[in-house]
Amino acid sequence: MKSARPHAMRVFLVALALLAALAFAACGDTQDDESDNASESASQEGRADPNAPLKKGLKTVSIPKQLGNPYEEFEHSGVDEALQELDGSNRISGPTDAGASTQIPLINAAVQQKADAIIIAGNDPNAVAPALKQAAQRGVKVVGMDSDVAPDARSVFVNQVTTQLVGENQVESIGKQIDYKGDIAILSATANATNQNAWIDVMKETLKKPKYKDMKLVKIAYGDDDDQKSFQETQGLIQAYPNLAGIISPTTVGVAAAARYLSTSPQKGKLKLTGLGFPNQMRKFVKDGTVDEFQLWVPKDVGYLAGQAAVALASGVITGAEGEKFKAGRLGEYTIGKNGEIVLGPLTTFKADNIDEFDF
Amino acid sequence: MQTEAAAPEIAPLATDRGRKWRAVLGRWETLLAGLLVVTAIAGQSISPEFLTTDSFTTGSLDLSEIALMALPLAMVIIAAEIDLSVASVLALSSAVMAYLWSHGQPIEMIIPICVAVGALCGAFNGVLVTRFGLPSLAVTIGTLALFRGLAFVVIGDESVTDFSTAWTDRAFGNFAGTFIPNTMVLFAVLAVAFAVLLHATPFGRSIYAVGANEEAAYFSGLRVKRIKLILFTLSGAVAGLAGGVISLRNSTGAANVGQGFELTVVTAVLLGGISIFGGRGTIAGVILALLLLGGIQKALLLSESISSYWVQIVTGALLVGSVLGPNLARRVADTRRRRSHPLQEVGL
Amino acid sequence: MQAASSEGARAGAVAERVLRIRELGLVAALALLIVGTAILEPRFIEASSLRNLALNASILAILAVGQTLVIVTRNVDLSTGSVLGLSAFLAGDLLQGHPGMALPLVFLLGIALGAACGLFNGILVTWGQVPALVVTLGTLYAFRGLAFLWTDGRQVNAETLPDPFLNLGSDSIAGVPILVLIAIVIVLIVGQWLRDYRPGRELYAIGSNPEGARLAGLRADRRVLIAFVLAGALSGLGGVLFTARFGTVDATAGVGYELTVIAAAVVGGVAIFGGTGTVYGAALGALLLGTITSSLIVLRVEAFWQQAAIGALLLLAIALDRLLAVRVDARLRRRSARRAN
Repeated sequence: MKSARPHAMRVFLVALALLAALAFAACGDTQDDESDNASESASQEGRADPNAPLKKGLKTVSIPKQLGNPYEEFEHSGVDEALQELDGSNRISGPTDAGASTQIPLINAAVQQKADAIIIAGNDPNAVAPALKQAAQRGVKVVGMDSDVAPDARSVFVNQVTTQLVGENQVESIGKQIDYKGDIAILSATANATNQNAWIDVMKETLKKPKYKDMKLVKIAYGDDDDQKSFQETQGLIQAYPNLAGIISPTTVGVAAAARYLSTSPQKGKLKLTGLGFPNQMRKFVKDGTVDEFQLWVPKDVGYLAGQAAVALASGVITGAEGEKFKAGRLGEYTIGKNGEIVLGPLTTFKADNIDEFDF
Repeated sequence: MQTEAAAPEIAPLATDRGRKWRAVLGRWETLLAGLLVVTAIAGQSISPEFLTTDSFTTGSLDLSEIALMALPLAMVIIAAEIDLSVASVLALSSAVMAYLWSHGQPIEMIIPICVAVGALCGAFNGVLVTRFGLPSLAVTIGTLALFRGLAFVVIGDESVTDFSTAWTDRAFGNFAGTFIPNTMVLFAVLAVAFAVLLHATPFGRSIYAVGANEEAAYFSGLRVKRIKLILFTLSGAVAGLAGGVISLRNSTGAANVGQGFELTVVTAVLLGGISIFGGRGTIAGVILALLLLGGIQKALLLSESISSYWVQIVTGALLVGSVLGPNLARRVADTRRRRSHPLQEVGL
Repeated sequence: MQAASSEGARAGAVAERVLRIRELGLVAALALLIVGTAILEPRFIEASSLRNLALNASILAILAVGQTLVIVTRNVDLSTGSVLGLSAFLAGDLLQGHPGMALPLVFLLGIALGAACGLFNGILVTWGQVPALVVTLGTLYAFRGLAFLWTDGRQVNAETLPDPFLNLGSDSIAGVPILVLIAIVIVLIVGQWLRDYRPGRELYAIGSNPEGARLAGLRADRRVLIAFVLAGALSGLGGVLFTARFGTVDATAGVGYELTVIAAAVVGGVAIFGGTGTVYGAALGALLLGTITSSLIVLRVEAFWQQAAIGALLLLAIALDRLLAVRVDARLRRRSARRAN
């Protein structure tokens, strides 16, 4: 066995090498970033100029919650559309799993690549906040989309529909189907997701109204936006609560999985299901009677609006303050609401008689 | 007969300096250093932003907890055992932190408790392996599930995200105005401590002995069981500390943190030249392997065209190559030696 | 010579009895769990509930059978989840693009893909002499990365898959789900092969004493290679069945599955150090794990206890196996001491 000294020597050599590497890295550091960001942040702090021309050639990075999710792909294609329309370009950079902190390296990479704006659908509102704040300090505009992050970590937040409306409409949708009587459960996505929790809170509040007094929420299950897990959670809900009258699943993955399970189970047609789903995924189940109705918005429009907002921010047209207006291309004019929130519009209900009009 | 067999010199005599150079160049750590240089060049050509302080700051921050946990795990593997439960201990520690914080405890008190919880978990592993004689691979697969399950029992599906900003800033921020994150300073301190422990103390030497030949070590008087118990406890304690670090760094204390970390940590250790059979490897190698992994990840992240999926493929290939390479090299050397010294086989 | 062979036979008999005790123990635990849950919640033993139970465990059982083959030879296959993911997406992609494709062909291709992955693992382990833990850890990453590259963010949707295929995942024949039948057939075939056919039995010899096996002339390398290929093929089959059952598949199918599979095998009596255990045990282990999950859900126990329960069960199983192994060892030693006197 070798003596200990050569090994110890090697550790110290490595430490020296490390220091040398750091010194080398320090040569190419980011001083130049600080200087031109100073001027940009000055204009950011300043007033919004509604007549400012939209800058061309802007580069944005949009960060979905997770790659491989068709809803998010469709949504982010809207960002692509907006940027292309405005002579810019967007790059979609997403994590392979929807954990709380998986987006952080992507945010940092976007900043290093000198993106003009980051559009992000957050997996966790707080985990990404420090990285986003650092990005903002470097002059990168931050737009929250679909699933919000900490309000002080982004300039504006593009919400597909108001949180209030989603909760209320979903409760009404299921209530109508079960004659406003019976036990209901919610099949949600991940437990951290801001949008899910916000909608669920509104649903709980809505259920307190006298109209829904005979309905009871017995369980919230989490399908983690994973098809297999959502499938199994649906199974579990029915086993644990055999008197279940209805399920609300405000996630496209969840409602599709639940519908698929129900369509081959004895509860088909008897246990009512509603949620936020894609027409293309749900069409089969509406036609075969498993689902009577479900709701959604057009995700691509959400992305499109976010892209437009990002360009407006980067061009100084808006700063994210309440009351500011800007024109969002083909969607028309929008006004920024409280806390920097921009709402796309109301929910659309899909039923057998209108589902064939949509293709997404 | 005996003296005749011992007589012939196998390798041609080389000068002292030549042999020392060959010894250095032939070492695993040198190969890693070479790969690092290649990565630096490749990374810089992918993106001019690669060799910047920014890259180091953000890239090393991402790997903080993996780096911390790799240190004691290296020692566990050198002792010819393995601990796959480290990520679950990290999760349990994060859950405990979330629980205690939401019940009003200050961070100063919480962190030592997390380390203690981790140490307990590690000791549990250690007792099962030493006192009950159970194989560490199976045990730690079991405790991987058990500890993460306990994390969920502690805090459920919730997450606590309102830790005091003083501490989260500290965990996320850099050291004294430099570009080096605080967590890296913590890592450096621990790395030096573990390096000294492993390479310059009798305890460290005994770890190598236990890993190389447990029976011989036992019969030469080493308290094998106690050594292993200490190593498992250390592994758990550092995982507990890492749990505190990740919770503060991401401002999120929950039970679902660190999923899949254990595999990355094991990869870093094995890539660092620690033999899975035990008895070989250095802390320096682990540090270099961590740098390599971080560098590859950063380079791929910064690339606009190469998909980040390649990180996984490259990691897997590196891992296998790290063992396959030396095996093949040894086989080539053996064949060459056999060809030039055919009588060696017969002992002449 | 006579004494040695009859002693060998007696040792075999002792081991056989031990194995049977182990498996009976599993059946007993399973029965206890089901009856216990049924008493608290009678709906648990309704036909549809039991059907779901068996269904959920089927794919796990098939993978556990493959894993058993590998573990018995004192190796491990951590890449089984990633192989499942690759095969699942292959099946879905093929059927989505060519809805008229013959189902047997889809199965064949999925199994072949799995076998190829297994071959890759096996070559690195045998010819490359790289420890299985390292190889399959590396291929766990590499195969998953390949899956991500290949899927490129796409997803296979249940709605676009042909109904006959999806029905495989949910239909029954004479009340027994097709998936369960497939699993049972596989367990029976592999189980018999391991018990009654020489190549199968040699796997045990290789696992309990690799050096001895080699000296005795067994083509250890070839056997181990076959074990890995079979394990890969079974993972491939599991992947195709996964798509049939769940319909919607993306690059993350099967992530993290390998540890559940190994847990099922170990709980089922397959010692991690090789040399003992049967696929019947592994299948029972898979069933037990699935039942725990289902019964906890039905009893409305917080899902969080599931993982902790599985972990505790695993530790219990390992400790039990160790205890039994020590007992068997002591008994054999006593017998040979008696013979010597």
